[in-house]
Amino acid sequence: MYQILKKRRLSENVVLMEIDAPYVAKKAEPGQFIILRVDEEGERIPLTIAEYDREKGSITIIFQEIGATTMQLGLLEEGDCLHDFAGPLGRASELEGLKHVAVVGGGLGCAIAYPQAKKLHEMGAEVDLIAGFRNKDIIILEDEMRAASTNLYICTDDGSNGNKALVTDILKQQIESGKKYDAVIAIGPMIMMKFVSLTTKPYGIKTIVSMNSIMVDGTGMCGGCRLTVDGETKFACVDGPDFDGHLVDFDEAMRRSRIYKPQEQSAIEAHREHCNLLKMEVK
Amino acid sequence: MANMSPVKNPIPEQDPNVRNKNFLEVSLGYDETTAVDEAQRCLNCKNRPCVSGCPVNVQIPDFISLIAEGKFLEANAKIKETSSLPAVCGRVCPQESQCESKCVRGIKGEPVAIGRLERFAADYAMAHPTDDAVEVPAPNGHKVAVVGAGPAGLTCAGDLAAKGYDVTVFEVLHTAGGVLMYGIPEFRLPKAIVQKEIDTLKAKGVKFVLNFVVGRTETIDDLFADGFEAIFVGSGAGLPNFMRVPGEGYNGVYSANEYLTRVNLMKAYKEESPTPIYHAKKVAVFGGGNVAMDAARCAKRMGAEDVYIVYRRSEAELPARAEEVHHAKEEGIIFKLLAAPLEVLGDDDFHVKGVRCQNMELGEPDASGRRRPVPIEGSEFILDVDAVIVAIGTSPNPLIRTTTPGLDTNRKGCIVADEVGATSKEGVFAGGDTVTGAATVILAMGAGKKAAAAMDEYIQNKNK
Ligand SMILES: Cc1cc2nc3c(=O)[nH]c(=O)nc-3n(C[C@H](O)[C@H](O)[C@H](O)COP(=O)(O)OP(=O)(O)OC[C@H]3O[C@@H](n4cnc5c(N)ncnc54)[C@H](O)[C@@H]3O)c2cc1C
Ligand SMILES: Cc1cc2nc3c(=O)[nH]c(=O)nc-3n(C[C@H](O)[C@H](O)[C@H](O)COP(=O)(O)OP(=O)(O)OC[C@H]3O[C@@H](n4cnc5c(N)ncnc54)[C@H](O)[C@@H]3O)c2cc1C
Ligand code: SF4
Ligand code: SF4
Ligand code: FES
Ligand SMILES: [Mg+2]
Repeated sequence: MYQILKKRRLSENVVLMEIDAPYVAKKAEPGQFIILRVDEEGERIPLTIAEYDREKGSITIIFQEIGATTMQLGLLEEGDCLHDFAGPLGRASELEGLKHVAVVGGGLGCAIAYPQAKKLHEMGAEVDLIAGFRNKDIIILEDEMRAASTNLYICTDDGSNGNKALVTDILKQQIESGKKYDAVIAIGPMIMMKFVSLTTKPYGIKTIVSMNSIMVDGTGMCGGCRLTVDGETKFACVDGPDFDGHLVDFDEAMRRSRIYKPQEQSAIEAHREHCNLLKMEVK
Repeated sequence: MANMSPVKNPIPEQDPNVRNKNFLEVSLGYDETTAVDEAQRCLNCKNRPCVSGCPVNVQIPDFISLIAEGKFLEANAKIKETSSLPAVCGRVCPQESQCESKCVRGIKGEPVAIGRLERFAADYAMAHPTDDAVEVPAPNGHKVAVVGAGPAGLTCAGDLAAKGYDVTVFEVLHTAGGVLMYGIPEFRLPKAIVQKEIDTLKAKGVKFVLNFVVGRTETIDDLFADGFEAIFVGSGAGLPNFMRVPGEGYNGVYSANEYLTRVNLMKAYKEESPTPIYHAKKVAVFGGGNVAMDAARCAKRMGAEDVYIVYRRSEAELPARAEEVHHAKEEGIIFKLLAAPLEVLGDDDFHVKGVRCQNMELGEPDASGRRRPVPIEGSEFILDVDAVIVAIGTSPNPLIRTTTPGLDTNRKGCIVADEVGATSKEGVFAGGDTVTGAATVILAMGAGKKAAAAMDEYIQNKNK
């Protein structure tokens, strides 16, 4: 069993948890992920390794309560245990040799982008971290991101933090102002990664995206996470999750990620109903 | 007095139109009287031709004689001398091309129902556990590791534990059992049976570490550094192949592994399961093996009205067990034989709306000795379906191959091993689907057995 050592709410529905998982912590690298099941009957969901502590034997995950399983996970408290926690899965990001990098995070993607920025920063690279959120209330990890970057740019869709812009606007400004990036790393919703890739393409800047396809096993066994990269079928869980953003078929990937929408919606309703029943019993 | 009936005793089964709506086991098994009666059809042949058809040399006439005498527990013990998983093999072995194909009773009539009798003995023993505590052999002080908890790994682990080894099985999924758990459906192989075999191994002292990805959590070399003296790799051939026809990226196109994993391992067949699956109305399954039959029959049980098997060759070449084909037909699966898919068609929402196929005829034999399917000009037709399941084969996944220096693999990504399982890397043994490519449970089990003996010899010699 994998115990929750620490739980912290980063915003209304984003939660950080530190999990006791010594085997995973021993080998984890930025860019890799884990697959967990909350309980014995649970579904398998992938989450990025946000941080690892080899000495303590722990892994930090940051997740958004977006559907039934992540909501159920968010209800657990310190001391509770997860039923399964497998990893590290996927290939580690290739950060070697990068000197000037823009790391672009969208919303929760910042939590996933942040460990890469941190590692690059520790390796001595100059890191521009561009983080976009819908509004200022959901800005997460600001201090951590500041510490992990040379320059931090935070923008919001509604301008509520005083900087109304899209991450692609800021990225473009930086490139136009003469910044020479060896690579741009974009992590967030697929639509954001698509537009970051479109922004960098005319400049020929290598762009790495982290594909969050729907997964089951995470070991290359089901093929559910497949996507088309440069005309070839790749499995996000074993060939990725990082891919060259200029080669990914984002439109296909976005459509594939919506296949279970109706069922996910009814699972959320069932979850809410269940929680309400529990509340009534408590009263 | 031998029973000279030319046909096997039929095995009671759920009615096809009832069972194609539930996931309960299709075959209900012989009762004691029927088993004894069937056992009496065996002539106890001196030259034992049937044994030569069994990849692990089950002493067939001997166990069948014991059944005929009503000594059911002894019969099970006799099978267990050479086969570790009789309850499983009795159910899933392709008997018609193995043991039963060699049975002399099959010359004029049907062979003895060896598989059904094997299943009977094993089920009887499970239902009548003896009080003798499980024998735990004295530890011999040597640590060995097994990678993958499929039939190859489980068999290897069991045999090594019986010799006193301290055995740890590392499995990447959250459940041990390999394909027996995630692939083969409940209605053909109840999971409780597989779980029982795993629990017996645990009682014998075998340790299971689940959620452990060899190649990522630790590499083979890390395991040696941890003090394991020899390692058996039984990681199977789980990576699904796709057809590379246009449209495979549409929503509603599944690999058989994904479909079966969602249904079986993740229990999507139960209403309350949190794992989603697309509930299709009309399904086309590409392929003609056991995997294709399982996928088709699961789709039917998940509520599909029309389920098609689309296979390039003719009925005679279907690689599935004869019984599965028969059961599938009874359950209303529609066979589109001598037909090949050319393209998956999608609607505006990017969801499958059909498959464009082409009829084939059989031409000259190819390298495999089977007659090659050749397209018939102008024979294209469209199957109206809203889901496609691709079951055209699998290959070993790259996790171990790409992280184990010194381990030779072939062009297909299979680990190269000799007949006892030794690989190019000292101390590493391998067997089952990861060596042969997708094959059978009994071959995987046999490979695990041979490798266990070879690993024992290797460790004994090293420590001389
Ligand atoms: C490699 C990888 C890393 C990820 N890292 C993070 C992370 O660090 N933090 C985070 O909050 N989220 C992350 N995700 C997404 C996360 O897995 C989904 O949000 C989660 O599975 C949703 O489950 P649910 O039941 O709560 O919601 P649902 O309502 O079931 O799903 C909401 C949406 O999440 C996606 N999703 C659903 N099931 C899966 C699945 N099995 N695999 C992948 N996506 C799925 C779908 O697009 C779906 O529409 C990652 C995904 C991948 C593939
Ligand atoms: C749907 C289906 C139906 C079938 N029907 C039949 C049938 O009727 N009769 C028959 O004889 N055969 C049948 N087969 C074939 C048979 O199941 C296989 O040949 C057999 O299971 C192979 O055994 P194995 O131990 O080599 O591999 P598997 O059963 O594949 O087990 C391998 C195990 O290793 C694990 N693993 C993989 N990589 C790693 C890693 N890196 N680290 C840790 N663990 C890992 C996997 O998760 C898995 O549990 C069927 C197969 C399928 C898919
Ligand atoms: S193990 Fe399989 S092949 Fe051997 S006797 Fe039993 S059913 Fe026949
Ligand atoms: S060949 Fe058939 S009849 Fe002869 S011993 Fe074997 S099972 Fe019995
Ligand atoms: S998640 Fe199953 S192959 Fe990638
Ligand atoms: Mg979900």
